[in-house]
Amino acid sequence: MSMVAEQRELRDDALNGLQLSTRLENIWRTPSGFFGALASVDHKVVGRRYIVTAFAFLLLGGLLAVLMRVQLAGPENTFLSADKYNQIFTMHGSTMMFLFAVPVMEAFAVYLVPLMVGTRNIAFPRLNAFSYWMFLFGGCFLWISFMLNVGPDVGWFAYVPLSSLQYTPTKRPDVWAQMITFTEVAALAVAVEIVVTVFKQRAPGMTLDRIPLFVWAMLVTSFLVMFAMPSIMVASTSLILDRLVNTRFYDSSSGGHPLLWQHLFWFFGHPEVYIIFIPGTGMVSAILATFTRRPVVGYPVVILSLIATGFLSFGLWVHHMFVTGLPQLGAGLFTASSMLIAVPSGLQIFCWLATLWDGRPVYRTPLLFVIGFIVIFVIGGLSGVMVASVPIDTQVHDTYFVVAHFHYVLIGGAVFPLIGAVYYWFPKIAGRMLSERLGLWHFWLAFVGFNVAFFPMHILGLIGMPRRVYTYTADMDWAHLNLLSSAGAAIFALSFALLLVNVIYSLRSGALAGDNPWDASTLEWATTSPPPPQNFDRIPIVKHRDPLWFHNESLPVVAGLSVERREVLLTSLAEAEPQIREASPDPSIWPLLTAIATTVFFIGSIFTPWAVLWGTPPMAVALIGWFWPTGSKEDEE
Amino acid sequence: MPVRMRTALVPSATLPLAACAGRQSALDPQGLQSDQILRTFFIFLIVAAVVWIAVVIALCVGMLRQKRAADQPLALHRSFERTSGRIVFVLGLATLVIVLGLSIVSYAGQRTVFAKDENALTLKIIGHQWWWEVRYEDGSPDKNFVTANEIRIPTGQPVKVELESADVIHSFWVPSLTGKMDLITGQKNELQFTAKNAGTYRGQCAEFCGHQHAHMAFAVLALSPDEFDRWRDHENQGASSPTDPLGKQGEQLFRARGCALCHTIRGTLAGGQLGPDLTHVGSRTTVAAGTLPMSPATLAAWIADPQHIKPGNFMPRTPLQSDELIAILHYLEQLK
Repeated sequence: MSMVAEQRELRDDALNGLQLSTRLENIWRTPSGFFGALASVDHKVVGRRYIVTAFAFLLLGGLLAVLMRVQLAGPENTFLSADKYNQIFTMHGSTMMFLFAVPVMEAFAVYLVPLMVGTRNIAFPRLNAFSYWMFLFGGCFLWISFMLNVGPDVGWFAYVPLSSLQYTPTKRPDVWAQMITFTEVAALAVAVEIVVTVFKQRAPGMTLDRIPLFVWAMLVTSFLVMFAMPSIMVASTSLILDRLVNTRFYDSSSGGHPLLWQHLFWFFGHPEVYIIFIPGTGMVSAILATFTRRPVVGYPVVILSLIATGFLSFGLWVHHMFVTGLPQLGAGLFTASSMLIAVPSGLQIFCWLATLWDGRPVYRTPLLFVIGFIVIFVIGGLSGVMVASVPIDTQVHDTYFVVAHFHYVLIGGAVFPLIGAVYYWFPKIAGRMLSERLGLWHFWLAFVGFNVAFFPMHILGLIGMPRRVYTYTADMDWAHLNLLSSAGAAIFALSFALLLVNVIYSLRSGALAGDNPWDASTLEWATTSPPPPQNFDRIPIVKHRDPLWFHNESLPVVAGLSVERREVLLTSLAEAEPQIREASPDPSIWPLLTAIATTVFFIGSIFTPWAVLWGTPPMAVALIGWFWPTGSKEDEE
Repeated sequence: MPVRMRTALVPSATLPLAACAGRQSALDPQGLQSDQILRTFFIFLIVAAVVWIAVVIALCVGMLRQKRAADQPLALHRSFERTSGRIVFVLGLATLVIVLGLSIVSYAGQRTVFAKDENALTLKIIGHQWWWEVRYEDGSPDKNFVTANEIRIPTGQPVKVELESADVIHSFWVPSLTGKMDLITGQKNELQFTAKNAGTYRGQCAEFCGHQHAHMAFAVLALSPDEFDRWRDHENQGASSPTDPLGKQGEQLFRARGCALCHTIRGTLAGGQLGPDLTHVGSRTTVAAGTLPMSPATLAAWIADPQHIKPGNFMPRTPLQSDELIAILHYLEQLK
């Protein structure tokens, strides 16, 4: 039976050149037209949408930050009311953490990981499409609520009992809690896809020790997502239950406890920092190798550091709770465990420095952002060691010192590498180079603006300024530093405007990129820019950690995949030996319909528990449509 | 006709807030604990500065060195790979030693800061949205009394504050004296500190507690032990009855206009439990939980329109005739 099927089917070893490309393009392309676009399951299309949407949320979150800096620029400013300010800082934090930082990193992974491991599409491509729609709908839900003056106002951490029905009897905390559900569903879906793609779809020969460092970083991140996010989903769902159907998870008068919320929140919240930071380190490693013209020093050290960081990140959450009255010895142990994470982070920094020492740096914009990253992130890491100390934390906790610290870590550790990554991979995604001249301006404005905006906050915290205050009086001596900080914020915001200009300008008239403009070593540069729908005409064989540097002329390839239907090659977990050919799903509108049904269910259920009843049938219908068996050739065999 | 006393009594549209609110800075330690924390902080700061400078120097040297040919990315020197591997290992080990050392320094500081003294003066602080209830509960019951938004303590003597919350989570923070501690619903926390020098130290809520979190401050007045005892004996007594007609009218209006529904003035019929105790309000240094410095003008402005000064707080605007306001103001000012 199988012999017969194989004889009938056309394989890629029977075709060559343009004929092969055209055939593959036809079966892998996204259908044309509006509905075709909505049905797309191409990881590049979904990844691009994900990236653009996440950057749109960055823009919105950034605008909120500017509004806050205007308000705080002078004492007793009346630019924003207390109510507006509280909504805005909550929206800023929630947008940046849930709608920008985590999704944008996953977005880059969705676009890049399949290319970097040499496969044709991500694992579970329809789930991927569903994930994007859920992210988009969740983000819009939060922002539309904000526009309707139902924006959450209890902080991005939504501590109970402030966020309980008794103290916030509006719908605002429900909007926040349900936005969490949306984004977590989206994030978990991508995490599963990345893990499976990396484990099962690597090009033949890409053994575990030949996986690019960025892919390793995203693999570790995906595991963190899978273990950390359930905690916050449990927390936010319990909060909604407390608020909607009078459960008492957090009510201390009925045997619940407010600190339960804090433990659940930070058991997610601390790994969250590494979910954002570890992809940044992957980007740094990728950029450094290309622009120092040599592989990163200590490949196994970097990977083990990533894994160690991942494990340690689950043992630190209590350092967010040092002033909640914990037993002193217990708190002291969390000081030590928190500081311990400096070791794997330090090892990575040392490896990168060694790479720079030996390499011959080519100072293009991506490398500038990586150098800026090292300078800024090390400050953030060191101030992190300070706040890990219980006695120091009792002073700086919930002050502007901590605001400074985590912006140094998150902007320094994740956004600088990310912007570097934008300059680095934009040519691959768009087919055109970003302007280097604007890039240079962008870097210096960002670097100076960032430091002027955030360094003074360290001092502000030490001289007594708490976080989340919408105003302060003139006699507190905070006015000058706040004004300076606001000026820095303006410069920093301007630098992002330059990026926007650069992207718009370069999309139209940037220099054409070619396949591999930076002479980089990883597989995504082995295909055209932008890549064709099938990514690669033939799946490459990997014989070296830096395949494009190792094979100067052309990559060895495998043949034998179908050219009549979507097919990917599955390989073994450790050695990446070819195992089977596996069908990859066609475009489908059902993920979108499922996402719409889920959205109705989620939003309905913050208003009435009955939404759980009437919201499920549409979801069931959508899922049945999604998984309706269509008898693929594979199954017939 | 209800008047807006703010415009009547205060010349400018914005209130003059520049009166000394007391010190609020971790860099200006006036307590044993804040002193110790600052010492620990400086040790960390020096280590951090040295590490950062070393990293930046290594970065600059690395950028300036140009050894390899750019066109042979895989032509690696064995000796460099080996040496750099060793250096990375040693630096990793050094990082481990540094963080373990700092952990020990931190724990030593922590033990000093959280050391307990059984003979400490005890008072209980209960956080409310957005003010502080202060209960002196030391010694015999006849010495217990309640006040609000202002704490007076003796210098040189350990003070233990028991922290509770009446609603949401707040955080008690007087940076010049010690670090902060949360006031958590359904939980009793505790914090001890000792003021070294007499003075006024400003504190502020450090955990976001809703709408007016920004305006939830308080003053700590550290007095010499003698002065403190005198103050405590006085504070323990109820309010003295006004003798002048205007004061008497004020006392009567305080009840008639509903103030007494929320506020207690010990020794009178006013016994409301929702708002701050006002028994000796005239002797306090601030109005509206550290929002304004105490003066006839600010107190009048607060009574006339609390929602203007602290929008969204739970004290409603009470319609008062201007002569009524003047009488109530006069009465409250007498409550020294």
